[in-house]
Amino acid sequence: METEILARIQFAFTVAFHYIYPPLSIGIGLIMVIMEGLYLKTGNKHYEVLTRFWLKIFAITFGIGVATGIIMEFEFGTNWAVYSRYVGDIFGSALAAEGLFAFGLESAFLGVLIFGWNRVSPKVHFISAIGVFLGSMFSAVWIVVANSWQQTPAGYHIVGEGFNARAEVTDFWAMVFNPSSVDRIIHVWQGAFLAGAFLVLSVHAYYLLKGRYIEISKKAFKIALGVATVISLTQLVSGHSSADGVAENQPAKLAAMEGHYEPSAPADLYLFGWVDNQTQEVTGIKVPGGLSFLVHQDFEEPVTGLNAFPEEDRPSQVNAVFQFYHIMISIGMFLIGLTLYASYLWWKGTLFDKKWLLRIFAFSVLLPQIANQVGWFAAEMGRQPWIVYGHLRTSEGFSQEVSSNQILFSLILFLVVYTLLFLLFMYSLNKKIKQGPYDEAKNALEII
Amino acid sequence: METFFGIDYPTLWYLVVGLLFSGYAILEGFDYGAGAWHLFFKKDLSRRIAINAIGPLWDANQVWLIIGGGALFAGFPVMYATMLSAMYIPFMLFLMLLVLRSAAIKFRSAEEMKWWRKTWDVIYFTSNILIAFLLGVVLGNILQGFEIGENFSYQGGIFFSFLNPYAIMVGLTTLSIFMTQGAIFLLLKTEGRLHARLTFLLKKGMIFFILSFAFTSFYTLIYLPGVTDNFKANPVFFILPILAFLAVANVPRLVSKKKYAPALVFSSLTMAFLLMLVAFQLYPVLLPSTIDPAHSVTIYNAASSQKSLGIMLTIVLIGAPLLAGYFLFLYKTFHGKVELDDTSY
Repeated sequence: METEILARIQFAFTVAFHYIYPPLSIGIGLIMVIMEGLYLKTGNKHYEVLTRFWLKIFAITFGIGVATGIIMEFEFGTNWAVYSRYVGDIFGSALAAEGLFAFGLESAFLGVLIFGWNRVSPKVHFISAIGVFLGSMFSAVWIVVANSWQQTPAGYHIVGEGFNARAEVTDFWAMVFNPSSVDRIIHVWQGAFLAGAFLVLSVHAYYLLKGRYIEISKKAFKIALGVATVISLTQLVSGHSSADGVAENQPAKLAAMEGHYEPSAPADLYLFGWVDNQTQEVTGIKVPGGLSFLVHQDFEEPVTGLNAFPEEDRPSQVNAVFQFYHIMISIGMFLIGLTLYASYLWWKGTLFDKKWLLRIFAFSVLLPQIANQVGWFAAEMGRQPWIVYGHLRTSEGFSQEVSSNQILFSLILFLVVYTLLFLLFMYSLNKKIKQGPYDEAKNALEII
Repeated sequence: METFFGIDYPTLWYLVVGLLFSGYAILEGFDYGAGAWHLFFKKDLSRRIAINAIGPLWDANQVWLIIGGGALFAGFPVMYATMLSAMYIPFMLFLMLLVLRSAAIKFRSAEEMKWWRKTWDVIYFTSNILIAFLLGVVLGNILQGFEIGENFSYQGGIFFSFLNPYAIMVGLTTLSIFMTQGAIFLLLKTEGRLHARLTFLLKKGMIFFILSFAFTSFYTLIYLPGVTDNFKANPVFFILPILAFLAVANVPRLVSKKKYAPALVFSSLTMAFLLMLVAFQLYPVLLPSTIDPAHSVTIYNAASSQKSLGIMLTIVLIGAPLLAGYFLFLYKTFHGKVELDDTSY
């Protein structure tokens, strides 16, 4: 038991830490490609300055994403040996494709992107930027396919029994396009775009508030605001579609997300609340029958509740799943309101007049990050007690031969090294922001 | 069992994994090797040049580890799971050192302060040495075999049993071959005083390599039972040790003629031949069991399904030319001596 808990804590910690960076690099990557594209198209030096500036931040983010990602790849084997043997046949092809198609592409072009300004033509440099960006998008595809397969297995059969049981591919494309893959890939991509866009918004809002780099900051702010507005709206659509999928394929998870216990009754939709797993009651503000309406377009239609499942086959941390899910939704709604309002001001031509709004943008960088994290926590905790939904329990998946002391040892190592890494990241991000896109004293006349 | 040109799928995948790990050893060999000399360079500028020699390349080179690990997971999940969970401590240390090494490359030159750079230099130097050493240690453990019981359960020691004398020898040999590779690579990338210093260091590196290589080879032949069985059964493969020996001998010859590019090719070939030697000696076993040979992990009992291997071989056939293209483009772009500019580390 202790080994299992430690293995889970270690995985949660390392993957949550990892997940700060790749979404950020995908999102910054998109904005950077737009900036460099605009530079090539218009020849406006401002866009070149912006591209170079964001490339520096991209490079740091990307680097930490890769470093912490390698650990994830090997942690499956070290800590989750039984699970690895069980899913290897399925994950294998996804991982092989990820390595060859995505990582190869992004890291080869990364060198040219960061160090190649003086060695290749602007066009080739732009192509490298696109290569790195697409590579990072692809890598999200394959890992989300693998995780979606754990949520909604498809295109496989189980071979062998007991210890030697494992899943084997029967239909590659059915495995790749399992019921939740597409929804979740789009959801993850958009979450990543928001993470990047809001970092750009935050940094340039900060400059505008300080009265520095005004011209280029306005340009960058508008690019990022455009992306953020569109994506926060489409994220609502993909979120709804994703939840529909959960309702159909993982009813226990859906029930946990709304704290719905009765086996078959109309279900409510909570704005916020608190779930007591003992009394099976939720206290909070709700739309009666709201969940029934979202799932069946009918307030009266029953939705399967947690009690329809045996105790050992449903998530035990109902309140946690409920809270994480609701935090994500609330943040999503807030971002929609914020970006729509800002876009309205942009259209009116008064976007940069309201200091309070810029201040909100300066701090809102944390929101998509939090939403990305809690969204994954809801998805993964809602899948419990299964590591592969309906087939393999988390309690059966960890490495039997690894002792709790070994995991404790590595967990402490991770805590120390990752804390150091995080501090370094924040320090160098802060330094790069303080230094700014160019030396104001020297280049002021040249550039503005 | 399905075959392709008469070779069964698990064997083909064994070749793919072998190829990927050879690529990893050759490319990261000069990365880690270059870093393992780091504190031998005294001036700050020399150290910066050495780091920037691998600057645009190391991230891409590292992809060979990621793909190799993925290929192992994909094709031989049992091997991947059994080896990693049995070698828990060395792999965790290895991963942590990789993170520290990446951080050192990225952050070392970000500040001017002396203490900052000195600290990162020590971290960088140490992590490169230990990474190279640990890779060899794991290989040494695989060659000796693990205490594997029924159902691939590992029954050996858990904390420090991986540090046995033979594994340490293989670890040192790996370090020495990487350092040779690294020094030759840096010679191609540098000029002037640093270049002169490197020619001196490379000689020491080659002596270190040849001594540890000879020692480990004899020890292996004398103390590891059965290492020559596969060769006795297929004498034609005696060509592998002969080729490895010739490649090893050719490196000092080319270095003394200052032909560094061919020397790098031959030191890379040395690694490739040595890995082939190991791979052939083990085949079809991946992880020998010291408890009972029947419990050994082999390419057949560890493999994914025929269907899955077929899909992955298709993916490799499509992906490998792409990967080769990316690498050609990258290495062509950064051909030649290091030039520091405002984007350098």
